[in-house]
Amino acid sequence: MSKKILQMKNIIKSYSDTEVLKDISLSVEEGEVVSIIGPSGSGKSTLLRCATFLEKINGGLIQYLDTVAAHTNEEGKVVYVNRNQLTHVKSYFGLVFQQFNLFPHFSVLKNLTHAPILVQKRDSKEVEQEARELLKKTGLEDKADAYPCQLSGGQQQRVAIARALNLNPDILFFDEPTSALDPELTGEVLKIIKELADEKMTMVIVTHEMSFARAVSKRVIFMDGGFIVEEGDPEQVFGDPSQERTKQFLKNYNQV
Amino acid sequence: MSLLTMIIKMSEGLSRTCAIFFLTLIFSLPLGMVVTLLRRSKNKIISSITRAVISVIRGTPLMLQLLAITYGPYYLVGLTVSRNKLVPVVVAFSINYAAYFAEIYRGGIDSISKGQYEAADVLGYTKTQTFLRIILPQVIKRVLPSITNEVVTLVKDTSLAFTVSYQEMFTIGKEIANSQTSFTPFLVAGVFYFVFNALVDFVMGKIEKKLNYYH
Ligand SMILES: Nc1ncnc2c1ncn2[C@@H]1O[C@H](COP(=O)(O)OP(=O)(O)OP(=O)(O)O)[C@@H](O)[C@H]1O
Ligand SMILES: [Mg+2]
Repeated sequence: MSKKILQMKNIIKSYSDTEVLKDISLSVEEGEVVSIIGPSGSGKSTLLRCATFLEKINGGLIQYLDTVAAHTNEEGKVVYVNRNQLTHVKSYFGLVFQQFNLFPHFSVLKNLTHAPILVQKRDSKEVEQEARELLKKTGLEDKADAYPCQLSGGQQQRVAIARALNLNPDILFFDEPTSALDPELTGEVLKIIKELADEKMTMVIVTHEMSFARAVSKRVIFMDGGFIVEEGDPEQVFGDPSQERTKQFLKNYNQV
Repeated sequence: MSLLTMIIKMSEGLSRTCAIFFLTLIFSLPLGMVVTLLRRSKNKIISSITRAVISVIRGTPLMLQLLAITYGPYYLVGLTVSRNKLVPVVVAFSINYAAYFAEIYRGGIDSISKGQYEAADVLGYTKTQTFLRIILPQVIKRVLPSITNEVVTLVKDTSLAFTVSYQEMFTIGKEIANSQTSFTPFLVAGVFYFVFNALVDFVMGKIEKKLNYYH
């Protein structure tokens, strides 16, 4: 059995009175690509935000490799590890946002190198060399000195992916990485993600690109109303969904 | 008194005008940032006190604040008013301008998208690193035009030091005008301020241009 990179168990998340995640459990093995699909408001982003500690959970457990980063104690309170340990756990994952969120005042190269040098205290020469290789891989080697505002959306998102990769994460999360892009630019981003999948990068991808999800993932999760309604092999979920709600969602989707 | 003598006499006060100007900037620019951070504090008491103080400072004339800080200690606790008025003048100006800068900074900080904080957080930056390396540089660029406006106003506001008879350029000019019953010193002062502000515009324009490498 290959090792589990991420385990989320019985995750509860509510905003004031509304429960947005209702007892979600998800574990991701090394090299696995998991796609999360579902209607708007079903809690997909919230799940990623809880996994990446941008939001605090109200119940459940989050574990990366051997480190339990958050758990619910006997009194039912969620306890997170201390700040130092949390910073360490954060080095296990990367997150690619829908809106890229590049740092506009840094050049492309500096976007990639700043965090590894400042946060991970790595050697700047080595970091820069790795960054240049990543830029080459993402087809941006001639953009190292450009600024984000000079790039197309597709290029910016590729920089964001390279920025996350330059910290050598064990798992990479994507929250609708192509939703902010013009249709003709989605291909170049999906191609990079596909290549990462081929290299056995562990990834969790929230997406509305159904055919891409079907082609790239090993497992598909359908979420609705804060629950995981169905999960399984992409051929099964897309080809022969077992749940009525999944069928309905995919049917509506294909009509759009 | 000849025009030339007037100009020479008033020029002697220019160094004091410059002292008010530069010292005020040196103190109020960073102080404004501290005030903004207090104003944005999660502690409700701290943020509301700061807010109240800002609104009093912005809601009352600088001239009044100058008088209060220069003569207040004498009337309140009987401290003698020091002969060198530079200290109270600079204190009053710095507090006043810090309040304005604080509001400008606050607007700048609020205009940075949440995504910048979130990206930095996921990349492992601490709160301090995020503020200093990611947020602050972008804020500075965004607020620069508003800062320039305030700096131009400060040049002209230095003339308010005449209310406490601090011998800067305008105070000297006003005294000459009174003794000679002449309007000329005011014209000379006008030219001085205009030239000073032309320099300010030039320098601030250079800085803005330097930060124009991204938008
Ligand atoms: N900060 C917040 N405060 C209150 N409610 C929130 C907040 N963020 C999200 N929600 C609510 O939580 C629910 C799930 O939102 P979430 O963004 O996770 O959905 P999603 O599946 O990502 O949808 P989409 O496909 O539109 O991105 C929604 O009903 C949303 O209104
Ligand atoms: Mg979402």
